[in-house]
Formats: sequence, C-alpha cells, structure tokens
Amino acid sequence: MQFRLEKRQEPSKLLQVLTPIGAVLVTMVLGGIIFTLLGYDGLGAVREIFLSPLLNAYKWQDLAVKAAPLIIIAVGLSIAYRANVWNIGAEGQYIVGAIAGTGVGILTNDMTGWWIMPLMMLAGVAGGAAYAAVPALLRVRFRVNEILTTLMLTYASVYLLNYLLAGPFKSPTSMGQPQTVMFSADQSLPYIIPGTIVQLNALLAVIVALVAWLVFSRFVFGFQVRVVGAAPHAARYGGFSADRTVWLAMLISGGLAGFAGILEAMGPVGRLILQFPAGYGFTAIIVAFLGRLHPLGAVLAGLMVAITFVGGEMAQITIQLPFAAVGIFQAMMLFLLLASDILVRYRVRSVRRAEIAT
Amino acid sequence: MDISLTPRLQLHGITKRFPGVLANDNVGFSVLPGEIHALLGENGAGKSTLVKMIYGIMQPDAGEIRWNGQPVVIHNPKAARKLGIGMVFQHFSLFEAMTVLENIALGMDAKIPARELEARIRQVMDQYGLHLDPHRTVSTLSVGERQRIEIVRALLLKPTLLIMDEPTSVLTPQEVEQLFVVLRQLAREGCSILYISHKLHEIKALCETATILRGGRLVDTCDPRVETSRSMAEKMIGGGLKDIKKPAGRTLGAERLVVNRLSLPGAGPFGIPLHDVTFTVRAGEIFGIAGVAGNGQNALLLALSGEELSRHPEAISIDGAPVGGLPAKQRRLKGLASVPEERNGHAAVPEFTLADNTVLTARDRLGMVSAGMIKSSSARTYAGEVITAFAVKALGPGSTAGSLSGGNLQKYIMGREILQKPSVLVVSQPTWGVDAGAAAAIHQAIIDLAAAGSAVVVISQDLDELLSLCDTLAVINGGRLSKPMQVEGADIEEIGLLMGGIHGEGAVHAV
Repeated sequence: MQFRLEKRQEPSKLLQVLTPIGAVLVTMVLGGIIFTLLGYDGLGAVREIFLSPLLNAYKWQDLAVKAAPLIIIAVGLSIAYRANVWNIGAEGQYIVGAIAGTGVGILTNDMTGWWIMPLMMLAGVAGGAAYAAVPALLRVRFRVNEILTTLMLTYASVYLLNYLLAGPFKSPTSMGQPQTVMFSADQSLPYIIPGTIVQLNALLAVIVALVAWLVFSRFVFGFQVRVVGAAPHAARYGGFSADRTVWLAMLISGGLAGFAGILEAMGPVGRLILQFPAGYGFTAIIVAFLGRLHPLGAVLAGLMVAITFVGGEMAQITIQLPFAAVGIFQAMMLFLLLASDILVRYRVRSVRRAEIAT
Repeated sequence: MDISLTPRLQLHGITKRFPGVLANDNVGFSVLPGEIHALLGENGAGKSTLVKMIYGIMQPDAGEIRWNGQPVVIHNPKAARKLGIGMVFQHFSLFEAMTVLENIALGMDAKIPARELEARIRQVMDQYGLHLDPHRTVSTLSVGERQRIEIVRALLLKPTLLIMDEPTSVLTPQEVEQLFVVLRQLAREGCSILYISHKLHEIKALCETATILRGGRLVDTCDPRVETSRSMAEKMIGGGLKDIKKPAGRTLGAERLVVNRLSLPGAGPFGIPLHDVTFTVRAGEIFGIAGVAGNGQNALLLALSGEELSRHPEAISIDGAPVGGLPAKQRRLKGLASVPEERNGHAAVPEFTLADNTVLTARDRLGMVSAGMIKSSSARTYAGEVITAFAVKALGPGSTAGSLSGGNLQKYIMGREILQKPSVLVVSQPTWGVDAGAAAAIHQAIIDLAAAGSAVVVISQDLDELLSLCDTLAVINGGRLSKPMQVEGADIEEIGLLMGGIHGEGAVHAV
C-alpha cells in the first residue's frame, strides 16, 4: 500500500477551515509528547497552555490584552500577504509607530483635551506607514526584495528606540532609567469593561478586523489586492497597477502595525521602555497564516495565540515550564498549518503497488 | 512470419481513467512498419494521454501494448527509447542560453563524448537534410529550427517508431513542407510515424491511415486519402459541422483603430521589440495578424491592450483619439477590449468565481462600482448573461473560472468582452486549445461583433483560421508587421515567406 497525492479540481473549502483547527490539535499532541520526552509534565503543559486560560474566567481579560495587538497587526499582514507583499518587518513598524505616537505624547504631556488621544493614534499609524514606505520604495523602484529590507529595518528600529530612550525621549524624572514619562490620563486608553484590565484597544482590534473584512470583500481595493496576489498578469490586464498595490499593501500593513504599537504604549505599557518590543510583530505572522489571511480569521487566530501566551505564563508558574516552550508551540502550529495546506489542494489516495510506475 | 506483416505497435483495449474523466476508453489500433499513421481528435479527445502511455510517461489502467508482436510494459520514457520509440513534443524542452549540441547532449541517455556526438549529429543532419549549426545558441533560432533540434535528438536514437505531437502548429507552410519531406523519407526507410494533429489537410497530404478519437473512444480508422476534410471533421466532433455565416456585401465604415509607427522595446533578455508597426482597422473590418509564435505577437497585444504603454500617445488611436499613453483601464473606457492568449492567470483568474472575473474587465464600462464598492449583484447578473448568451457550460456565476474546461472558459472570456460592445476588440489566439464546436461559436461571435460596426483585430498562429475569418491580413515577423493585404486573392506562398521572415530586407530568421 502506498499513498499518492492527487490535485483537487478546486481547493476544498471545508478543509480550508478545518486544517487550522487540525494543526492546533496535532500541535497539542506532538507538544505533549516532546515535553514528556524532555522530562517535563507533557500532558500538564498542554493542559496549562491550551486549556487553562479558557477554563479560568479570570484569565479572559489577559487574553483580550494579548490578542488586541496581534489581531491589529495580523489584519494588516493578511492584506499584504494576499497581495504577495511579504512584509515580515511588522515588529519594526510597530516600534516606530509607538515612537512616533509617543513623540506626540511627550509634546502634549502637559496639555488636556479629547484631541490628544486621536492625534497620538494618528501619529502612530503615520509612523508605522512611513517606516514601511522605505521597503515599498526600494521594492517598486529598485526591485529590492522586501523580505530582506523589512526584516533588517526591524533591527534598526530597536536601536532607534534605544537611542531615543537614552537621550531625547528620556523622562527628566526617570532617575536615569531609559524610559519616557508616564502618559497622562488624556493620553491613556480608557478601560471599557469596569473591574478588568480590558482597554479600548481590544474594541479597536475588532473594529479594525470588521472594517478590513468589509473593504476586502466589497471594495475595489480589496479586489485589486486579491487579483494582484493571485494573478499578477490578470491584474495588469484588468488595469490594476502592481506597483500601486505594493505601495498600498505596505502602507496599510505598516500603518496598522504602527497603530498597534501606539495603542500598546498608550494602553497596557503606559510609556515607552526598553522592553517595549515584545515580538508581537513576528507572532502576528503566525496569526495571519493561522487565520487564513482573512481579517476575521485573524481575530480567531489572535485569540488562539493569545491563549498560548497566557497559558505559557501560567505553565511557567504551575509546572516550571520555560517560557520558550510557548515559542515552540507557536512555531509548531505554523509549521503544521503550512504542511497541512497541501491537503486543501490535493487529496491523498492510496494506490496499489502494481500501479506505481517504477 | 514475415516481419513486415507484424505491426510495429499494437494497442488493445487501452483504458486510462483520471479523477472525473475517462481519458481513454478501450482504445485499440495498430501501426505497421513504415506507415505514417495519423491520430486525429479534438482537444480533450484523449490523444495526448494515449501517446503518453505509449512513450511510458503514464501507465494504462487496463489494456495491452504489443511491440513487434510482443506484449510489453513501458515503465518510463527511457524504456520507450530503448525499444526504439522516439517522440517530438509540441512544447520543446530546450535551454535558450545553450547551444544546439549542448541541448542534445543533455537529452541523451548514454554519455557520449562531445566530439563523437557532434559527428553523429552532423551525419543525421546530412542524411535527412535537417541543416543546423550545432554550435548556435538556441535563443537565436527560429521555432522551426528549434523543432529540428528535437527531431535530430529523436533520430540519433535510430527510432523505429517516431511520435510527433502537433508538430506543425508553430511552422510556416514552407517549413511544414520540409518537415513532410523528412517524415516521408523516414517512413520509406521503415520507421513508423504516429502523427498527432487536428489539421485535416495535412493529414490528407501525409498519412496513409488515420485513427480518430472522440471523447476518449476510438470512433473510426480510415484512409485519409479517400476521405474529405469535412467527413473527417464530422467524425472528429461527432456531428454536422456548422458553417460560420459571413454577411454578404458588407461595406467597411470609418477608421476606428489606427496604429501608427508603434515601437516598443522588448521585455526581458529574450523579449521581442516592436518596430514601427502600422495598420488601420475600420468599422466592420476583421484584421488578421499571422505569424509564427514568438515574433512579437505578445508584445503587440500588450501594447494594444494598454498593459504596456507607448511613449508616443499618437502611436495608437481609437476613433481619432490618441490612447497610446493611456493605461488599460482608460483604454477600456474609450471602447477598447482585449483578450490575451493565456486564459488562466491572464485573461481570467482561475481561483476567482466567474462573477468576480467580470469585475476584472467590465467594472467600469458596466457600472459595477459605486463609491469604491463593488456591486456584486450586477457582477453576478452580467456573468449570468454571458453564460447564457455564449452557451458556457458552467454551474453558474459562482463557479470558479478554473473549474471550466479550456473551451468553455474561452467562450466565457470572449463573451465577457463582446457583450460590453467594444468599439475595438483585440484578441490573441481566440480558439487556441478550444474544441471545434466552441471555436465555431467564437468565430461567429467575432463576425457578428464586426457586423455590428466594431473593429476587430485577430492575432493567430493558425493561418487557416485567419483566412476564413478575416477581411485583411498582415504578417508579423521579428516584431515588424508586413503590409496589410486583402484576404481575398491573398497568395499563401507569399504569406508563408513573410512568416519565415523574407521581407526582402531585414530577414530575422534564416529558413
């Protein structure tokens, strides 16, 4: 008995939905086995990481906090990836967005008014978009691969943050600590559910996903992104400019990453600190793929990955699992999902030995 | 037993099934030594599958192959070559940047020293009059010369059965004649030839026996020399052939499309630049552009459709307005529609629904967009109209374009453009890979569109198609367009020479 892959006439819609779920389940099984072999409580690790955050109602607010930035960034990345624009530097755009918004925050720290918060958010979006404009320009003008440029600019952004916190952005009252001033009340995101740590950014994440979904499925722009990604020649034939699409996809994904960055600074963190880059921009790549590059899929996938973050923290405490284990679980999810994608396009058929050409 | 009476190749009950299709259903025929045997059928009739099994690329699900009377299992192409089966594919597998000799050496099963191989190549070339410099780089060769490499490659193995898959689809009439001389000489020497084609007059001129396939089944084995082209065509499509109706006594109207000294640099290292292309198409006129593949047809289509822009706006004008500098979207609004040669990924997005595929080109002309938002209901309605008007076999506007057969998708794409009532329509290879029924429907639609006052440009490698369809004809060669000539009373000999690049001056490819 041998197996052979046969191309399906049309990709299976059912499996497109089922494979992400299957990838998560297989991750749980394999992860359990691996950590058991490593001498940990494998079963416990899976339970803590994947189930405890869900069963423990007190942890749900943590999920919202972790999921919000992931969802906002992943929505932008979904749009870019659909257009075959491989922005993997969302982390850098997230940092620069936070820097730009914080710049406005430092200037307006003594002022009051409802306009301060939107202005900071706007600056965040602009900062992220501007940072993504560099690889967009390089790609459109000089055909430089954006995978390289976006990734390299991420490292540059970390040094920019370090420099600013050590000098121009440093709070006069920080006692030498490399950090900015705390944001004022008019600069901090309001809590939207009383008695919890859930802030406005959670609501904004859902709104961003819904708007993106609407634009993606109903507007010419979304159509353009899909055509350019699926069939560049057809896009040109249909009158869509590939370069324009690269620009738009870069600016949108960078802008949303910057938006997530300033929201994080105005929300859970409350100021800019050296530890601000938390890797959301990289993890969001997993979220985008796990969500099938669909804005609403990104919401579900963002929650899923947030579960592993929150669960990982719990497992650290309860069963002394190293936090790096979370990264392993997340990476396994992505790999298994990409591997299972083949089932969407192909079906597995068992063949008799005699049929196999030698 | 006399060896000459034993068929070289015998097929019995060959059956091959693919998911959803029975590609070959109980097919059996035999090829005698020295016989030129035609395998005739429409696209999708199962010819390619059948020869792939003979050449060992696929294995039959059921049935038997006999070689010189002995049952054999041909596991792979190497085994087939060992038996003495050679094959020349429709699409060549040659490295453009390498020489003829290097390409042939790469395709040999045994390792032969270059010097010895060159001697053998020269000997085969002399024997069959296939002249070619072994040290020339493939990218400098014409399509006919490239085919010669493939033939030489097959002949080096001294085959006793040579399979030729649609060999003439890319050749000029003169090159076809030269090819036939070689094939006849091979047959006289005892080599059997299995000749796959759908060009009936060629089969009548060359072959002694024809096996006709339809829908995977053998319908008839006949002698093409006593059949008429029409009778074979009817066996091939399984029904009466519908004649295309050309309205008599048409008068051509005003000039609608004027192309004036259009020049474009070639794209990429092997792209063909356009030089001073000039022609005029009037209302009601069908203008044909003939030529061997790869002589600038693609560049010309892209330049006309607006996918490539000209530096001079006046190089192209529609109804008197210069559009050379306008991109595709604006040209569509001016009334220009186009259909490129490649259906999947160029004229249509295979992953998208048929409704979404109308948005691709019809969104502006048919008002499918308001305030940036796509009116999906109007896209669906229009897709439904196209499906009905052009008898497209599809489940509905929600089917993906990729799920349609080639002929149906082509009908859909042609319908999508024609129902927008363009003032100028440019199509490339309108019936390439399309079955005869769909081809007739597409031809009729083009004629009807012209009769309604549009100007139509048809770019095709199929000279017969152009001669039956067009009022005026020009030949493209090496990116230059010949002087247009009236199809009525056109000289095939002259067209063939133009296709081969004999302009008097500036010949690009040696014939």
